[in-house]
Amino acid sequence: MMIRPHRTQPLWMAYLLHRLSGLGLALFLPAHFYLLALALNEPQRLDDYLRFADNPLVKIAEFGLVFLLAVHAFGGLRLLALEFLPWSPRQKTLAASAVAAAFLVAGTFFLQAV
Amino acid sequence: MQEMDVSVWRGDAGGGGLEQFKVPAQESQTILDVVAWIQQYADPTLSYRYACRVGMCGSCAMMVNGVPRWTCRTHVNKVLKDNAITIAPLRNLPVIKDLATDMDPFFDKWVAAGGVHHPGKSRDDAIEILDPATPARVETDTGIECINCSVCYAACDTVANNADFLGPAALQRAWTLYLDPKDADPSAILDAVSGRGGCHNCHSQGSCTLYCPNELNPMKAIAGLKRVTAAAFFKGGR
Repeated sequence: MMIRPHRTQPLWMAYLLHRLSGLGLALFLPAHFYLLALALNEPQRLDDYLRFADNPLVKIAEFGLVFLLAVHAFGGLRLLALEFLPWSPRQKTLAASAVAAAFLVAGTFFLQAV
Repeated sequence: MQEMDVSVWRGDAGGGGLEQFKVPAQESQTILDVVAWIQQYADPTLSYRYACRVGMCGSCAMMVNGVPRWTCRTHVNKVLKDNAITIAPLRNLPVIKDLATDMDPFFDKWVAAGGVHHPGKSRDDAIEILDPATPARVETDTGIECINCSVCYAACDTVANNADFLGPAALQRAWTLYLDPKDADPSAILDAVSGRGGCHNCHSQGSCTLYCPNELNPMKAIAGLKRVTAAAFFKGGR
């Protein structure tokens, strides 16, 4: 996808990140709920999947998932603040803070997982 | 004399493409100077629009290297890359010919956004005294120096993806009118800005505010409209 010149600015990137993380989570959640539902009917298959999840590569993928969830949550809080709190001129700082907080959360998860 | 490579979009509503020109570089040259040089010395059939040349009238905005700018106040040395410039008509508006766009949709939306004064007094009433220090007036002052150049409208991806969206300039105008204590029907403005193409379509990408040549902040104005329309919804059940 081509980023056109007028889009190379921080708040447009924050918009893109929010949209892509939302789409990513929407694709992931049905699979997530399906696997959790196996606990009720097919616990053996769930255990197989949980063993698969101990694979280091899967841990890295989980880091990505936690990052998507955190960046979407913090980004959503940023948008709520933008729209419902008195105006702040520090929108770029807030967007960068949302990404930084998401890295902190995802990084902490990763260190716990390995 | 050193020459620059200038690519200018030529065409009309049916389509077109870039045409190359060699333009002599001069000191303190603006993009509008470059376009005028081409029209006067290279190709007199080049169509473009300008009036005041000093950043007041809002007529000369174009896409320069893919970014919307007021060309009369954009110096060549600020945007020249590898001795080349690309100049195209404003985005999100129909092209009439070459660099001149049809700005009717842009101005029609000013009216659609409730951007007309709603009078409530007659000539027999005393003139209302406005205190310039009230918070509403201080906020209004940050949004009234718009020159209608359509740079924000061309920068906005929500406009590009939703033909009904009123756009940053019209919504900012509605916001300043809503804050005006002389306006007798602020709820009419809220109705006008909360329909299908209203303020809630805005994705807060902030390109309007970044590229506004007068350094206004339509993103802030639209956030203000979102706030008051949400408050009106919860208070009045509308």
